Amino acid sequence: MERAIVLAGSAIGAGLAMIAGIGPGIGEGYAAGKACEAIGRQPEAKGAVTSTLILGCALAETTGLYGLIVALILMFVNPFLGKL
Amino acid sequence: MDNVSITGAKIYYMIPGINYPVTQTVVNAWIAMIVIVAVCIWLTRGLKVHATTKRQAVAEMAVQMAQKLVAGNMGEGWGEFVPFIAAILSMSVVSSFMSLTGAYSPTNDLNTFLAWSIVVFVLITYHKIKTKGFGGYLKSFTEPIFVMTPMNIISEIATPVSMALRHFANIVSGYVIGLLLYAALGAVSKMLLFWLPGSLSAIPILQVGIPAVLNVYFTCFSGCVQPYIFCMLTMQFVSSAASTD
Repeated sequence: MERAIVLAGSAIGAGLAMIAGIGPGIGEGYAAGKACEAIGRQPEAKGAVTSTLILGCALAETTGLYGLIVALILMFVNPFLGKL
Repeated sequence: MDNVSITGAKIYYMIPGINYPVTQTVVNAWIAMIVIVAVCIWLTRGLKVHATTKRQAVAEMAVQMAQKLVAGNMGEGWGEFVPFIAAILSMSVVSSFMSLTGAYSPTNDLNTFLAWSIVVFVLITYHKIKTKGFGGYLKSFTEPIFVMTPMNIISEIATPVSMALRHFANIVSGYVIGLLLYAALGAVSKMLLFWLPGSLSAIPILQVGIPAVLNVYFTCFSGCVQPYIFCMLTMQFVSSAASTD
């Protein structure tokens, strides 16, 4: 019974941790929109804008990926089962 | 979810005495290193002043690309930094692409990235001490005011940790999503084909092809972009550590 409660709590916690995905989603969408504007204004700078965009998106992803690591640890490592 | 298991690197052998585990990560990282060294030796055999072979042209192109990357991000005068950046870049890409062959990729292990980012941290600190002197390095923790010292120490430690975690999470998320999708497709095809007689219904028809598309994205795109970002950040941090202003 205790085990079931801990597993359920871990699963709910993993789901809550993935709320962290909202931030990078908004940020990357904003960056991509701005990149589209920049390319529309200056089509000759497309290469530089695209490489900067990919670099920036990969950096903006970091916070979401921290949430993902927490979720993965909760799902597959189950650290709280050892504390029973 | 019965057949999904996500494990870390398996331990092959424990070196007795010092209790050091030889894991899949260590073995496969050495395999990747041997592959890179072998390719480098093969490319640079019999070099001539005027390139006559395609092999030499490829080698020259790779070296020039690395030199251009470093010169573009750090400015001139960083020639000794090119081999380090090229080594990290090639090691990371080759290790990531190892997972295409079904082998355990060393980039699925956080220890690999922690080792790299500790090297980067040592480099940053070395260049800071070299430009500011040891006293100046210690003094830079108290800037702009003395109260900020704990914050500065945290941000100093957070640099290598976030570099390692960023690369690791990108690679391992692709690995986990690929595994989950593979298992889900197996379950779905079992549900769709239940009416077939005998062992025909056990053929996981949906598992053919669809996971490969994801693999191409996660391994080939993420596995190339993330090493590039790791190297970009390394170059930015080191050149800003060495700048005098």
